[in-house]
Amino acid sequence: MNRSTLLTLAGFATLALGLVAVNAKPVTYTLPDDTAVLKPGPNLDVVQGNCGACHSADYIQTQPRGPKFSKDFWQAEVTKMINVYGAPIEPGDVPKIVDYLTAAY
Amino acid sequence: MINRRTLIQGSSALAAAFGPLQALAQTVKLPIGNGDRPLVKYPQKRPMIGLTSRPPQLETPFAVFNEGAITPNDAFFVRYHLAGIPLEIDPDTFTVEVKGKVDKPLKLSLAALKSMPSVEIVAVNQCSGNSRGFFEPRVAGGQSANGAMGNARWKGVPLKAILAQAGVQAGAKQVTFNGLDTPVADKTPDFVKALDIDHARDGEVMLAYAMNGQDIPFLNGFPLRLVVPGYYGTYWMKHLSEINVIDTVFDGFWMKTAYRIPDNDCACTEPGTPPKTTIPIGRFSVRSFITSLTDGAKIKAAGATVLKGIAFDGGTGIKDVAVSTDGGKSWQPAKLGQDLGKYSFREWTLPVTLAAGTYALKVRATSNGGKTQPMEPLWNPAGYMRNVVETVNVAAA
Repeated sequence: MNRSTLLTLAGFATLALGLVAVNAKPVTYTLPDDTAVLKPGPNLDVVQGNCGACHSADYIQTQPRGPKFSKDFWQAEVTKMINVYGAPIEPGDVPKIVDYLTAAY
Repeated sequence: MINRRTLIQGSSALAAAFGPLQALAQTVKLPIGNGDRPLVKYPQKRPMIGLTSRPPQLETPFAVFNEGAITPNDAFFVRYHLAGIPLEIDPDTFTVEVKGKVDKPLKLSLAALKSMPSVEIVAVNQCSGNSRGFFEPRVAGGQSANGAMGNARWKGVPLKAILAQAGVQAGAKQVTFNGLDTPVADKTPDFVKALDIDHARDGEVMLAYAMNGQDIPFLNGFPLRLVVPGYYGTYWMKHLSEINVIDTVFDGFWMKTAYRIPDNDCACTEPGTPPKTTIPIGRFSVRSFITSLTDGAKIKAAGATVLKGIAFDGGTGIKDVAVSTDGGKSWQPAKLGQDLGKYSFREWTLPVTLAAGTYALKVRATSNGGKTQPMEPLWNPAGYMRNVVETVNVAAA
């Protein structure tokens, strides 16, 4: 559906409701739902609660794989999220998150 | 404390709504490790390569770049940093504020901007981390292939004119730019960028309200975005709402810590090592691509094949494009296409006839500024500014 169609539909809706649309025409955008899901693993709930608050699971899913992208990598990423991006992660949750990421990805 | 933004589902009968659409059950495989991606359908966009959904990052399918020098709005890449993106904007009440070290602070409506003398410029926007997925050794960050770039005709008002109207005070050093997107967590630094005052007043940096003759698509910064020709997309603030003139060098996270490159001529380090000193990322390095053939393509032997592609740089324009069909041993000049300006993609073509066999096709552009592309990739820890000579392997039979 293109925009002009939508605008036209909005116009019809306006007429049908008997409202007067003079200048009020905010443009809205609806994002599709997140489709990526975290893999099963230990402490999944902790990871969902902490990481998922600010970003979708595909941020994790699409990172490089391989021997260099193991525990040290995920520890550094979690540390970056806390120190650089201000993620409010309880210190006790950090090893749980790192262990999950290392095991699942 | 997390202030998870409530996603406002616009339900007003008066709203022009871009409704929800289902994700497509198709995937693409980018030519990088762990490169499986969903093909996703977003409002106002054709199927795009989905990198992340919250905040959205959409990569342009590379075949789009063979369609022409201008990237269609519905195929233009999308990159956000913060998940608090605006989902409802009223163009009639939207304003951009100009404040700080100015004589007359302003609040300009879209209508006011559109009543001012306008300029148009065709310019490439490219993500700093375009092609990051090809870095070796691999680095953390958004794992893009080559589709985090696009070229559009932007229309708007020069920032210079806005600043003149506000009256920049003596001692101004930089101008900062903020948009309507916000962080989710309280302590996440808001996405704010800065340009030096002279750059901001160069007459080319502009506040754009139209892209390829239409309103800017929502996810590309509707209704107003900063256009910084020749510079990486990090400076092209979307949903631009605040312009602040300051008499210091801005020390916000997204300038002082993020988006920095090694302070040397190649913006590179020994692979796997950190730089000694860094500076904010700036202009694009020169790049070129073959768009008419993909890696692994099969073509007809002994028949005429027209190779086609694009080249661009950070604003000196493309001087020449050379193509090699023998892995870089010999080079032939390509014919340059229409010149849409020094900030635009420049198309090129070269007819070749290849006997049966396999070929490593390479393309190398040289800018009017005398810069060219390296045969071996440069490396830096953030995965920015990739511009190696690209290779497309094909078989003629």
